[in-house]
Amino acid sequence: MRRIISLLLENESGALSRVAGLFSARGYNIESLTVAPTEDPTLSRMTIVTRGSDSIIEQITKQLNKLVDVVKLIDLTEGQHIERELMLVKVVAHGNDEREEVKRLVDIFRGRIIDVTDSTYTLEMTGNGDKVDAFILALGQVEIIEVVRSGISGIGRGKRALKV
Amino acid sequence: MQLTGADIVVRCLQDEGIEYIFGYPGGAALHIYDALYKQDKVKHILVRHEQGATHMADGYARATGKAGVVLVTSGPGVTNTVTGIATAYMDSVPMVVLTAQVPSHLIGDDAFQEVDTVGITRPCVKHNFLVGDVNKLAETMKKAFYIAESGRPGPVVVDIPKDVTAKVAEYHYPEVVDMRSYQPRTRGHIKQISRGLDLLVQAKRPVVYTGGGVVLGDGSAPLRKVVSKLGFPSTSTLMGLGAIPHDDPNFLGMLGMHGTYEANMAMHQCDVMFAIGARFDDRVTGELSKFAPDARIIQIDIDPSSIGKNVPVEVPIVGDCGQVLEQMLEQLDARLGEIDRTVVGEWWAQVDKWRAVKSLDYQPSKDKIVPQLVVERLMQITDGEAFVSSDVGQHQMWAAQYYGFSKPRRWINSGGLGTMGFGLPAAMGIQLAYPDDTVICISGDASIQMCLQELSTCLQYELPVKIINLNNQYMGMVRQWQEFFYDRRYSHSYMDALPDFVKLSESYGHVGIRVEDPADLDEALNRAFSMKDRLVFVDVITDPTVNVYPMIAAGKGHNEMHLQPDQEEHQERELA
Ligand SMILES: Cc1ncc(C[n+]2csc(CCOP(=O)(O)OP(=O)(O)O)c2C)c(N)n1
Repeated sequence: MRRIISLLLENESGALSRVAGLFSARGYNIESLTVAPTEDPTLSRMTIVTRGSDSIIEQITKQLNKLVDVVKLIDLTEGQHIERELMLVKVVAHGNDEREEVKRLVDIFRGRIIDVTDSTYTLEMTGNGDKVDAFILALGQVEIIEVVRSGISGIGRGKRALKV
Repeated sequence: MQLTGADIVVRCLQDEGIEYIFGYPGGAALHIYDALYKQDKVKHILVRHEQGATHMADGYARATGKAGVVLVTSGPGVTNTVTGIATAYMDSVPMVVLTAQVPSHLIGDDAFQEVDTVGITRPCVKHNFLVGDVNKLAETMKKAFYIAESGRPGPVVVDIPKDVTAKVAEYHYPEVVDMRSYQPRTRGHIKQISRGLDLLVQAKRPVVYTGGGVVLGDGSAPLRKVVSKLGFPSTSTLMGLGAIPHDDPNFLGMLGMHGTYEANMAMHQCDVMFAIGARFDDRVTGELSKFAPDARIIQIDIDPSSIGKNVPVEVPIVGDCGQVLEQMLEQLDARLGEIDRTVVGEWWAQVDKWRAVKSLDYQPSKDKIVPQLVVERLMQITDGEAFVSSDVGQHQMWAAQYYGFSKPRRWINSGGLGTMGFGLPAAMGIQLAYPDDTVICISGDASIQMCLQELSTCLQYELPVKIINLNNQYMGMVRQWQEFFYDRRYSHSYMDALPDFVKLSESYGHVGIRVEDPADLDEALNRAFSMKDRLVFVDVITDPTVNVYPMIAAGKGHNEMHLQPDQEEHQERELA
């Protein structure tokens, strides 16, 4: 099962490596991991996407909670939540036809073109993981130069919040 | 009061009430060593190798329950401590390791004697700190002790760059710490405790399975009460020995790979298992798919991640073993009447049949010293009251099987990591904590050579440890596995060219005794223990062919034990 685990951790040097080290040492899988400071500069928020059976996920959350730097944690996938990922894609865009085709696709997916040269477009796209995957598939014939994905960020719906 | 970082470190140790620190100096640590020189409250024990320092602190901590403290220099000083830190981590031993670091501006520069201490130790510490600011030093020290000793205990490393020890700051040692990210829960949930009792009183074939958590959580006293009120068969892991007295009628002995027949069979056939401070380690459970097929499990542990990790648990109770057992006692009397004593009596009758196999009986010998006998004699000579440390191997198992422990914190060995070299330095830490008690280190000819240099430290601080070297001229445990599982191909397990341990001890200024003839054993041991103020190294030449029984081989279940060769026949009848 795919799970999105959100955690608040002390904004201390080394906190990220404790989390990353835990996953590698215990052989847990990480699909993506994002981390950045929050509105409270002493806290960072991390979102981890992982996969595993229920018992593995239970161990993962327990082991994360055990880390001294981890203040609070929720498994977003246990309730209603929203997930978003930011993707930047640079594609080859020569000639009118090709450029029009890319533009149309970007519109359909509600993305944006954020940089243009005479031979490339750089596209920006946000959405959940599936949408971002679907966009890459949709690009089809278009030649991709590079793809940058932020990894998933997630938040609970409604009043559901991860706060200290 | 304005103090330098180095003085702050030492003041923190004083204010924390630290008696001893175990250390070894070097460049980056010299300011701290200078601060130590100016005072005499904290006594520094100069070791001969930093690994020894960690095991001494560890032995001290296991015997007292207070954090052991280590001080080493940067680089190689730190890397030498890693084995000892990992040993403490695996057995949840409170320890604070102060490591000096190169000056802040050189960190990351591949400076002389620089290693990434925080990085190297991260996977084997409960927590670690790199102190970047002298103003945070005292608070960090307090946090280190708090984290090491509270919750599930463990080692904490505090890495202190040399410049931080030179800078000056206002000294204030906080009385308490409050960390929003770390708030261990010690009291058990009352509802869960009643649910646990519901299961226990209905049990037809109950077993109580206790581990090191009972010792760490000072839960021996309430455990004894709970077990005697329940009147259920009880067994302990290697790490929990002594929490229930070895001769308690409810006690079946140790379980696991080299546990007793009755303990393992009871585990296998129980319908309700009450696990207390035990973590279902693979050496205890044997093959998991065959483990206790009918058991409904209640588990107390202070670490939620230990609950249900390997085996599904029906009633989890998070909390300190001692506290939860006390809480349980408050409800217990009212529930005892629900136990069906007839049914439990039938179960006991079965358990007693297994007991009658006497799985720890061994073959005596007239011309060779049998190692099990040595341990039995040690117990008799010391009235079962000694502190016993051990190394790792056959001798460790024999010590666990044949020295009957009656008190917690008396049996001190590296169970989780299985660190050869642990025994002697651990015994030294115990001896410092309890100068008037008898401390025995039961070791083997291979293990003892792994931290042998500390004999020199023993002389310097007059530590009268009694080393009993069960010398079978082999890495016996390795030889045993090779005999059983590798067709007697004894690949690199024969200890050729052993030193003359008697002369060697003498050269370190101690007393050495060699004994080869069973007829001389008692006299040799009596002589050793009569020398109260001296370290005595007794080199006991034992029968090299003896194996540790009973045994559960890898991949086997609790009901598939090997007994002593002459007992196997009985077992076959029993199982048929
Ligand atoms: C540091 C370390 N290296 C290797 C091992 C693997 N090992 C376990 S028992 C053992 C043999 C121990 O021999 P000895 O100390 O003579 O004890 P005996 O088994 O003969 O009683 C070895 C090599 C270990 N536990 N620790």
